[in-house]
Amino acid sequence: MANVTLQAQSTEKKPPAETQLAIRNFNFYYGGFHALKNINMDVYKGRVTAFIGPSGCGKSTLLRTLNRMYSLYPEQRAEGELLLDGKNLLDRDVDVNDLRARIGMVFQKPTPFPMSIYDNIAFGVRLHENMPRGRMDERVEWALQRAALWGEVKDKLGQSGMSLSGGQQQRLCIARGIAVKPQILLLDEPTSALDPISTLRIEELIHDLKKDFTIVIVTHNMQQAARVSDYTAYMYLGELIEFDFTDTIFIKPKRKETEDYITGRFG
Amino acid sequence: MELHAKRKLVNKVALMLSLAAMSFGLFWLAWILATILQLGVSGLSTAVFTQMTPPPGSAGGLANAIFGSVVMVGLATLIGTPIGILAGVYLAEYGRNTVLGHVTRFINDILLSAPSIVIGLFIYAAVVVPMGKFSGFAGVLALALLVIPVVIRTTENILRLVPDSLREAASALGAPKWIMIMQVTVRASQAGILTGILLAVARIAGETAPLMFTALSNQFWSTDLSEPMANLPMTIFRFAMSPFKDWQELAWAGVLLITAGVLVLNIVARALFKEKIST
Repeated sequence: MANVTLQAQSTEKKPPAETQLAIRNFNFYYGGFHALKNINMDVYKGRVTAFIGPSGCGKSTLLRTLNRMYSLYPEQRAEGELLLDGKNLLDRDVDVNDLRARIGMVFQKPTPFPMSIYDNIAFGVRLHENMPRGRMDERVEWALQRAALWGEVKDKLGQSGMSLSGGQQQRLCIARGIAVKPQILLLDEPTSALDPISTLRIEELIHDLKKDFTIVIVTHNMQQAARVSDYTAYMYLGELIEFDFTDTIFIKPKRKETEDYITGRFG
Repeated sequence: MELHAKRKLVNKVALMLSLAAMSFGLFWLAWILATILQLGVSGLSTAVFTQMTPPPGSAGGLANAIFGSVVMVGLATLIGTPIGILAGVYLAEYGRNTVLGHVTRFINDILLSAPSIVIGLFIYAAVVVPMGKFSGFAGVLALALLVIPVVIRTTENILRLVPDSLREAASALGAPKWIMIMQVTVRASQAGILTGILLAVARIAGETAPLMFTALSNQFWSTDLSEPMANLPMTIFRFAMSPFKDWQELAWAGVLLITAGVLVLNIVARALFKEKIST
């Protein structure tokens, strides 16, 4: 089963989607521990893909391999193929910093940098593009607009990013991520440290952002996956158990394990 | 109920013991400060800042000693701080689990706790003997060697307080490691690193032993670092041990100046650190 490429089967009315990132025969190791076992799936362009599963199933691990976050840690190792525009991201000649400009990431806990709101956004842009102050101003405003934060911070761009509330900080981090104009945005449990109102705003934001970005989200909250995603991957013990349209996963999953997890009989 | 009564009693005893320990410490500190103030203020005058150290029996001040101390402490800090910060950054950001990192950390811990007289003798053997004379330069080197381990330790500790999530966030935007360090982690630790520098300055400001074998002292005004240089700790040492009343008074004035300087540095360091915590 695990050897077969899991393709979301288009049984529904939704338009067919184009593959943005193809994960092929992918394995991941923490030292000697085999954390991800032969993962095969596609991430579709302009769609939201959710990874769900019980704690320790490897969903965050998989997300963190997609921008090669793991290469910060020498004992972690990946094998297989992550194909973005036909290029394997695991190849030696791939520049990780360039890769991360194309695949952005937002973390579980808000991580504003110790600098002004403006510089928090401009930091990432300056790494990859040279632009005059005026265009940078426009880019910062654009990113904050897209992250639905502009109205709240437009009069205090010079204040420290750390002075914002938790929900605002997380939207700042999303703005920072999209300011670089990546193709894919990875969200690692982006709302688990936030209150319900802030969570709702971020979920609305995800809906809005998928017009321009491909989004992959890890969530421990099944309702959230059902609300925000177009495709859902259910993972268990490092294996991809089922991957399909979110509706299919939640209404009539093909695998018994998925059904048990979704219906709360397990996990 | 009996269990709770017992806990309350233990709580009271523990509170009383710690209060007693605290007052014991504060008592001596207050006494020291009171003595320094009492004896130091009487020796304090504008002449202290404007005139040279006098021969016994004539009027004078500490101007050359103050100048020498400021110059030597300042230069030692300028030399020791960049080395200390860079080594601290290495230990916290690059060498966390490397053999070189562990060895460096271990050696630095030894240097940190080495008696300053050892450093003084080392510079004596390594610099003063080959040069054939005591010099302000040798004093600067000895003091710099004392600054380095303090700055390394505080820089590493403070950088380690920066959560890895911040490092990952910077890397996730495609920041090369050195940009991540310079613009994110070091920036997040600025106040703490500065605190470490100020504490190092406070430590060397009163050091006598390393200067005894290096800068020695100088009765006269001298700005030449290749010559023996006057400094407050050595002057205090000589003057306080002397039988002359006016020398003793000047020694107390010097003690007051050093204490006040160190106190101000500590207060500034604390204020900076507090500001950092609150933002």
